[in-house]
Amino acid sequence: MSAATATADPVEAHPGRTARRPARARARRANLTGWGFVAPATAVVLGLSAFPAVWAFILSLQDWNGFGTAEPVGLENYSAMVSDAELHAAVTHTVVYTALFVPASVLLGLLLAVLLNRRIVLIGVYRTLIFLPFVASAAATGILTTYLFNPQFGLVNNVLRVVGLPQQGWLEDPAQAMVVITLMSLWGQAAFTTVIYLAALQDIPAELTEAARIDGANRWQAFWHVTFPQLAPVTVFVAIWQTISAIQLFDLVYTTTRGGPLKATETIVYYLWSAAFKDLELGYASAVAYGLFAVTLLITIAVTLYSRRTKVGAF
Amino acid sequence: MALLLRDPVAPVVDGPPARRTRPRSLWWHLLLAPVALLFATPFVQMFLTSLTPKEDINTFPPRFFPSSVTLEGYAKLFEQSDILRWMGNTVLVSAVAIVSHLILCSLAGYGFARLTFKGRDVGFFMIVGTIMIPTQLLMVPTYILFSRLGIIDTLAAAMVPWLASAFGIFLMRQFFLSLPPELEEAAIVDGCTRLQAFWRIILPLARPALATLAIFTLLGSWNDLVWPLIAINDPQQFTLQLGITNFQGARRTDWSLLMAGNVVATLPLIAFFLVAQRQFLATMTFSGIKG
Repeated sequence: MSAATATADPVEAHPGRTARRPARARARRANLTGWGFVAPATAVVLGLSAFPAVWAFILSLQDWNGFGTAEPVGLENYSAMVSDAELHAAVTHTVVYTALFVPASVLLGLLLAVLLNRRIVLIGVYRTLIFLPFVASAAATGILTTYLFNPQFGLVNNVLRVVGLPQQGWLEDPAQAMVVITLMSLWGQAAFTTVIYLAALQDIPAELTEAARIDGANRWQAFWHVTFPQLAPVTVFVAIWQTISAIQLFDLVYTTTRGGPLKATETIVYYLWSAAFKDLELGYASAVAYGLFAVTLLITIAVTLYSRRTKVGAF
Repeated sequence: MALLLRDPVAPVVDGPPARRTRPRSLWWHLLLAPVALLFATPFVQMFLTSLTPKEDINTFPPRFFPSSVTLEGYAKLFEQSDILRWMGNTVLVSAVAIVSHLILCSLAGYGFARLTFKGRDVGFFMIVGTIMIPTQLLMVPTYILFSRLGIIDTLAAAMVPWLASAFGIFLMRQFFLSLPPELEEAAIVDGCTRLQAFWRIILPLARPALATLAIFTLLGSWNDLVWPLIAINDPQQFTLQLGITNFQGARRTDWSLLMAGNVVATLPLIAFFLVAQRQFLATMTFSGIKG
């Protein structure tokens, strides 16, 4: 902010042109110029997020199917969530996915970053191959997943057959479907955590590890006792970011299992989507969305406070 | 939040610190090569399957490489679907999104960084606050809003959410704050208006930030599924992502055709990534976006 204040309209520093103009007119002109620059984007952003967010809250206090008249029901939609068994199942599935995905993606990102942080031949090729899946859309990843993990002719079962392991049902098995979705999410998103860790690794001065090595630490000790603690803020940041994206899982479920088999992969957002657009319970869906928002906020605040207290703060 | 982590245009993976290559790097290859191959496998299968004759897919044991190469899948794709139309739709949506994003967000970013006016700080605070609002909270009211505006089942429904973003405004503001203010002051003293100074002096300097923003918008709008999914039912108005997703439900058995569609939808981004890898990585560090 200070930079902007310091640069206040340079026209003011040009007495010849402004001396005669009254101060109020000048202020009005500055306001007009300022809002002229920021108004279009501000209108789009607030109109498509703040405004609908408030609207969603109003909807969450109503019973409405989108056509008839909306009926005010107070907090009934919120209290209905308490006894909604399907929602509870969706919460469980989401928690399972988050518990699988977040630690795996943080560890994988760290591992890949350490491996890729070395100037050897072919490193550019390795890096490109590992990062490329980042451009794959949920739709593309969904099609690839159903093909690779097809129980009859999929590549994965074929590899298992060749090495003599039993065939699996994968996406058709309620116990395995979420694992498959986790694996393919990791494939598509490993690049993100890796790039973040890679950038952080390159910001750590080489002297730190060198000093540890001179003091007699081996490579492994130097990494865990010197490098890894330096990465703590990045780890906190990446873990929060991945948690928030994990509890919002929808796209890949839609493009692989559509919540099946036997609703085993129905996540909170998938449930919210089907409540809104299949069952047309717009009020209830909005209440679920607000519940999810509240949980996301609480997690973010809790982790931020915790990391502040333990002084690894990423924020 | 990712926003606070790094400079928007800092070089990211310019190369690790120089180190002498020792024979030990053989171990590194033994670790990295299989991992890299594993990551490449799904895409390799996608390309190979799109060129596989139908008979091959049901043979047992399944084969990784097709017995012969055929373009049947692509021929059927272009005959039996509106893939070209979907491609055109997606290109149009992404083009509008990128142009609009670059213009609106750089104007606003500049205004918030450099101009003094009433309500500036409150406005900026509200915009940054919206980053916390999750997409799914907006699905229902946005759908209703779109239907009141009469843009359900039109491409506008896929474009409007991408016209500008809080992220874009934030990114451009951070960049403009890093430029020395003397630049445009000199231009204004020389008689340029604010807008002229912005357009002629400032914007050309912002190319790296604009590249980051353009890639962010391209990835997001090209791969977007949620907004087209809730707002578009008319196959004529499908985007590529919506088209191939619908395909998957309808033609699960015709894999060469499905994979051909997948190649057509993904190849442009793959090619672009290969050309502009460095900018992609910068965008990734800064935003963490994934469709």
